[in-house]
Amino acid sequence: MISLKVNGTVHEVDADPGTPLLWVLRDNLGLTSVKYGCGEGMCGVCTVLVDGRAERSCVTTVESVQGSEILTIEGLPADHPVKAAWTELQVPQCGYCQTGMMLQAVDVLTARPDLPDGEMAAAMDSVACRCGSHPRVIPAMRQAAGKMKEEKP
Amino acid sequence: MSEDMSRRCFLKSGLLVLAVAITPGALVLMNVSPGAAAPATPFRPHAFVELDADGSVTVWVGQTDLGQGTHTGMAMIIADEMDADWNRVRVRTALAAEPFKDPEWGMQATGGSTSIRHRWDMLRKAGAAARLMLVQAAARQWGVDPAACTTAAGQVRHPDGRSLGYGELAARAAALRVPADPLLKNPADYAVIGTLRRRLDMEDKVQGRTAFGFDFRVPGMCTAVLAHPPRFGARPLSVDADAARQVRGVLDVIPVGDAVAVCAESTWSALQGRDALKINWSEGSHPNLNDEAVNAELLAKLDGPAAVAEDAGNAAEALFAAATVVESVYAVPYVAHAQLEPTNCTAHVEKDRCRIWAPTQGQTAAQDEGVRLCGLPPEKVEVMTTPCGGGFGRRGEIEVVTEAVTLSKALRRPVKVVWTRGDEFAHDVFRPASICRIRGGLDGDGSLVAWSHRLVASSIMSRLWPSAVQNGLDPTSVEGVEGMPYSVPNRRIEYAIPDLPIPVGWLRSVGNSYNCFTVESFVDELAHAAGKDPVEFRLGLMEKDSRSHRTLSLLAEKAGWGGPVPAGRGRGVAVTQCFGSSVAQMAEVSVDGRTGVITVHRVVCAVDCGPAVYPDAIVAQMEGGVVMGLSIALHERVKFAKGGVATSGFSQYRLLGMKEAPAVEVFIAESRHPVGGIGEPGLPPIAPAVANAVFAVTGVRLRELPFSRDALKTAVA
Repeated sequence: MISLKVNGTVHEVDADPGTPLLWVLRDNLGLTSVKYGCGEGMCGVCTVLVDGRAERSCVTTVESVQGSEILTIEGLPADHPVKAAWTELQVPQCGYCQTGMMLQAVDVLTARPDLPDGEMAAAMDSVACRCGSHPRVIPAMRQAAGKMKEEKP
Repeated sequence: MSEDMSRRCFLKSGLLVLAVAITPGALVLMNVSPGAAAPATPFRPHAFVELDADGSVTVWVGQTDLGQGTHTGMAMIIADEMDADWNRVRVRTALAAEPFKDPEWGMQATGGSTSIRHRWDMLRKAGAAARLMLVQAAARQWGVDPAACTTAAGQVRHPDGRSLGYGELAARAAALRVPADPLLKNPADYAVIGTLRRRLDMEDKVQGRTAFGFDFRVPGMCTAVLAHPPRFGARPLSVDADAARQVRGVLDVIPVGDAVAVCAESTWSALQGRDALKINWSEGSHPNLNDEAVNAELLAKLDGPAAVAEDAGNAAEALFAAATVVESVYAVPYVAHAQLEPTNCTAHVEKDRCRIWAPTQGQTAAQDEGVRLCGLPPEKVEVMTTPCGGGFGRRGEIEVVTEAVTLSKALRRPVKVVWTRGDEFAHDVFRPASICRIRGGLDGDGSLVAWSHRLVASSIMSRLWPSAVQNGLDPTSVEGVEGMPYSVPNRRIEYAIPDLPIPVGWLRSVGNSYNCFTVESFVDELAHAAGKDPVEFRLGLMEKDSRSHRTLSLLAEKAGWGGPVPAGRGRGVAVTQCFGSSVAQMAEVSVDGRTGVITVHRVVCAVDCGPAVYPDAIVAQMEGGVVMGLSIALHERVKFAKGGVATSGFSQYRLLGMKEAPAVEVFIAESRHPVGGIGEPGLPPIAPAVANAVFAVTGVRLRELPFSRDALKTAVA
């Protein structure tokens, strides 16, 4: 049995230690907001936060994150500044990549909220979006960054 | 006239030929949850609207929302004509059913930017009919003349101050006849259409609640992953499934057509099981196929027999007599859809029922396939469209429906088939590779007098609809060359189909996507040869005040065309008219002479799509079209080797990253034209606009996609 702490709750999961976190979150825990896109860590749509850092769950084994705090979009407060900005600027189109995109943004904004636009874009470069929501992502992050600063001066 | 008859008449007048009468029985077909009965709602005048006693309005749609915002746009049209309270409107996806078939196509499918374009009148009438019935119900209750009543935000009002909420009127309205030809609003009175609204799917998408097809679950379901042939035309000669069956969680290994399915309790088990299969595949139909062979075949067809798509005047004579002749050859590669949610389908086949849940753009095709495989009548085959993680034309294909239904039949339980990213690349139906040779003739004044175009590209229709290909001509392959917004007195367009086994399919804007690149690049070459400004040259070839003329003029104004350009940068424009809309784009770029990297700093986009139903969705579609088109222009090429697809994942197929995405300024024209499409026309112009801008700043003409950095390195350095 593998012990996983996801969104604040500890789950005992019957899975092989080498199983990618992605499939355990989706198939065992029903957290389907975590998306499969490529299975090789290339597209970023499976991104979750592991101890606050964005990780690609499709190439992260469950064994390696035992004892860590895992956060999926369900665990991010519904009124989190990133979610609020994403909603207000209507960033998602199909939305498939956006849960991963938002969690990547949370990591970037938490660690380095004052990045200039170009570096912020570079920090988001590894999450793919085929619909082309790109032009709205950095403006949404700017908006979220402002609010996150207000909340945590 | 009976109530039923009047309903039929209404729907007919709304361009629908309705085979299924709107009865409570038919409503079950429209429930979002096929397993449950539809709740009784007091007022459902037709297939598209339900009004509850509490005043909430449900708009039922049969179109697929792949991210275009279609569902919200359709609900906005109905809500506006109905004068519903927008805050009480929700939208639900219906099961595939007659009323949702495309009024022009006669089938239910999402493509060609038609969801609103083909339903503008029908949706307005649907809303207006419901409104009129509610007004009549209120007037009857009050004993007043309906003409004296007004409506707004879900209420009927009378000048004397009385008002009734729609919910209160629902039961009375339900007893009335559906009007055949309700009066439609004056566009000046639109209160929802043309406004900024929160997309109805936004909250669920941001909170991660949207369940895409890949996320779909049904009790008792197993998951299947298939080993598909690694080469075109290959078949399994022998299958050793022993190791696969030993994988924990694997339930069965079953052949499906030329593929082998591993069915398991979980996705991970199925994936591991597939990896453990030992299959000896036949060599396939074209074992020597590779990039060079593809290219050679395309080039070979540049000469020899061809179909003639257009022949006006005498292009050959006019070219002979022209003062200046420009000739160029352009080439574009195969491009993959790469929608982020891979292909999938869940099916549950029972004795007298087949249920299909799929992120599909082809409901009728999926239903027909269920009918074919199960031998059931269409009403026993329920197709539920799930939310889609992109699509761009890929989801019009139904091979995964075949796989899921076949497996569910064999296993007698619900089966979800999921494709991997590798499957997605290896078995996509690609945007065709294409090569063309264009000759243009200018007279002594620099006026364009002749255009001769030989286009080679695989035919999509030959696979999907062979009867649409007459005399070797697939009209979808030449769109964008045929129908270009320029009048040229002598035109000849020839088209040849290469002999290649690579399947091709619809990809956002279809033929326009590559033909706009070649046509609009070549128009730029002609403008340069004529010594004219690219915008002036184009406008001079367009009918004055035509849709494209106005769109390009709007672009030039908004982009400050002719004004100062920042040092080291160049600007280019391109225009497309397709899917009932006109789009013009300007790109401002710079080129790093050391690396050959093109940076697109700014894109300005003007669009005329008729009435702007949902402006934020129009902006989003233009942004998305620019990003996808730029990705294709800068990076994308599917490779082939050893008889099959060599590209196996995103490590070999890069999509445009965040740091390469330009700011996109979108301007929506005040239009005098009918409603047009928005999903596709934003894509075609960006590749030629960038190529033209690169030429402006470097003098290098890029005639091949994706743009070669090497060519720019050498030239600029």
